[in-house]
Amino acid sequence: MTMVFGVPLQALLGQLLVGLINGSFYALLSLGLAIIFGLLRIINFAHGAQYMLGAFVAYLLLAYAGIGYWGALILAPLIVGLAGAAIERLALSRLYDLDPLYGLLFTFGLALAIEGSFRYVYGSAGQPYAVPQALTGARNLGFMVLPNYRGWVVVASLAICVATWLAIEKTKFGAYLRAATENPTLVRAFGVNVPLLLTFTYGLGAALAGLAGVMAAPIYQVSPLMGSNIIIVVFAVVVVGGMGSILGAVVTGYMLGLCEGLTKVFYPEASNIVIFVIMAIVLLIRPAGLFGRTA
Amino acid sequence: MKLSAAMAAALLVASALPAAAQVSDNKVKIGILNDQSGVYADFGGKWSYEAAKMAVEDFGGKVLDMPIEVVTADHQNKPDIASNIARQWYDTGQVDAIMELTTSSVALAVQGLSKEKKKINLVTGAATTELTGKQCSPYGFHWAYDTNALAVGTGGALVKAGGDSWFFLTADYAFGYSLEAQTTKFLTSNGGKVVGSVRHPLSNADFSSFLLQAQSSGAKVIGLANAGLDTANAIKQASEFGIVAGGQRLAALLFTLAEVHGLGLEAAQGLSLTEGFYWDRDDASRAFGKRFFERTKRMPNMIQAGTYSGVTHYLKAIARAGTDDTEKVAEAMRAMPVDDVFAKGGIVAKNGRMIHDMYLMEVKKPEESKQPWDYFKVLATVPGDQAYIKPSESGCPLAQ
Repeated sequence: MTMVFGVPLQALLGQLLVGLINGSFYALLSLGLAIIFGLLRIINFAHGAQYMLGAFVAYLLLAYAGIGYWGALILAPLIVGLAGAAIERLALSRLYDLDPLYGLLFTFGLALAIEGSFRYVYGSAGQPYAVPQALTGARNLGFMVLPNYRGWVVVASLAICVATWLAIEKTKFGAYLRAATENPTLVRAFGVNVPLLLTFTYGLGAALAGLAGVMAAPIYQVSPLMGSNIIIVVFAVVVVGGMGSILGAVVTGYMLGLCEGLTKVFYPEASNIVIFVIMAIVLLIRPAGLFGRTA
Repeated sequence: MKLSAAMAAALLVASALPAAAQVSDNKVKIGILNDQSGVYADFGGKWSYEAAKMAVEDFGGKVLDMPIEVVTADHQNKPDIASNIARQWYDTGQVDAIMELTTSSVALAVQGLSKEKKKINLVTGAATTELTGKQCSPYGFHWAYDTNALAVGTGGALVKAGGDSWFFLTADYAFGYSLEAQTTKFLTSNGGKVVGSVRHPLSNADFSSFLLQAQSSGAKVIGLANAGLDTANAIKQASEFGIVAGGQRLAALLFTLAEVHGLGLEAAQGLSLTEGFYWDRDDASRAFGKRFFERTKRMPNMIQAGTYSGVTHYLKAIARAGTDDTEKVAEAMRAMPVDDVFAKGGIVAKNGRMIHDMYLMEVKKPEESKQPWDYFKVLATVPGDQAYIKPSESGCPLAQ
């Protein structure tokens, strides 16, 4: 058997693939976070809660309305996105003129309140959510058994990341969005409804978190704590990628997923800190992040 | 000299009390202190508080003609917060006994404080054998289970059933190490061997990497030396990777009915675990389960049923001693056998350990489950004297 640094090649490939799967979630979550920060300058601490909400909406749709995974994949992000839009309209929009710290504190408080309420109602052991029928089972890749559902997560999240990036960087609508954040007054002078654009952007970011939540539901327990467990890692991803850089967030998400996967092979005890070590090093060498522009 | 001092003290105490009632502050107050919002909120949580209230109601709401009150608080799994609450309860809250105490670090801290304050504490939620070992207390009791009983049940009995090679997924902190070490001890003494282990960080969401390592090790049993959400996620993902379907067996070293409920039978089927109670064990437990369900919409696990038993035993001891004086109640608690819905012929040993039978369970397949909460098959009963460390060998000075 081929060995790499004392680890069988097969095991290494398996772990790399697992890292890629985790990277998909990091990428999907940091994408929404990067969009919100890049366009609104809001550090959205409620992102983890919105991810958790996505999973819970999927669970509730199944339990109370009989709507399965595929329906939830469309409905849950829509619901979470609308809730996000309402939050932006009612609260966040009033904070734009203040220090960014206020946005951070508000979303942080919001996240605690949402998680606390869910924990109160549903407990913290979590609710089960089954893998959709069409994606059950696993295929043997030779070096590892890949559950079909995980394969789907990698493909779907890659497609969503690319589509979102294209929509923002290459379409006219995306150009409006970017322009509205650079110079809202000027864009408004052209007759564009800027507040509506910002509401839409926050809703979109929240919807992406909700979508990640639905995709995570069959893998992890649908638990009120699932968001707070992942949000810190995702923030690290965004910081490493460069705050607000959409491409940076996606690439870094996958990259750090792979690094984490490798750490789990060579020194599992460090697997939950390796991302933060990388973050510290990147901040020392390139404070604006790998893909960030220095202001 | 000593005797006369004790008598003088007793006289002093007695003169401070109203002559008729031998109960301090004219009421008996029990505090249920546990995790109600964190990872163990379903393990014991507010459901344990319900169980305690149920025990008080079943007892008639009064003991020695004095009302019984139950209070509760969330210790957030932090020993410092727990100690603060316990101190307030004892000093100004007129609390006579603190019970439940999920999380070992919290239980040890509160037991230390209770010993210092000369108050009763009764642990149902925490696992460490230290509570009845070196850190035992004359007023401290450990009721539902401990790490030794779990290791004997799951480790010992599974090896006898053919699961003789193990791979551990161990949570990277003291509790995980001690579960792994104790289970390994019973494994090897029964002829089993450990082929590998991996330590994962606490609150780890993704176990696929560790499960792949366990899968490729070829071990017959994958032992999960972790707790709460970590165990649940590991089991769920093991089912995704086809580990049980591939012929390996999963053994959760600390997992109860509440967590199986959270996970669902689809993912949890075939899992082995050890508990000190199952609601579908006999007529009495079924009747108790039904009444508990009517209040809470869930069936009790060993923590909740154990809390019911502990509260009941404490109240019986007060009735027997004719006072709520800590020394006398503790003495009465040790003198009486525990025969209730939770334990049959349970013995309260000198080190505070309540010795009772444990059950090795296997989680049913979805098609075997006939009704809601019908989750377990009892694979083996582990007699109390095998499940628990002999009091004389526990390291507790009181039992020497």
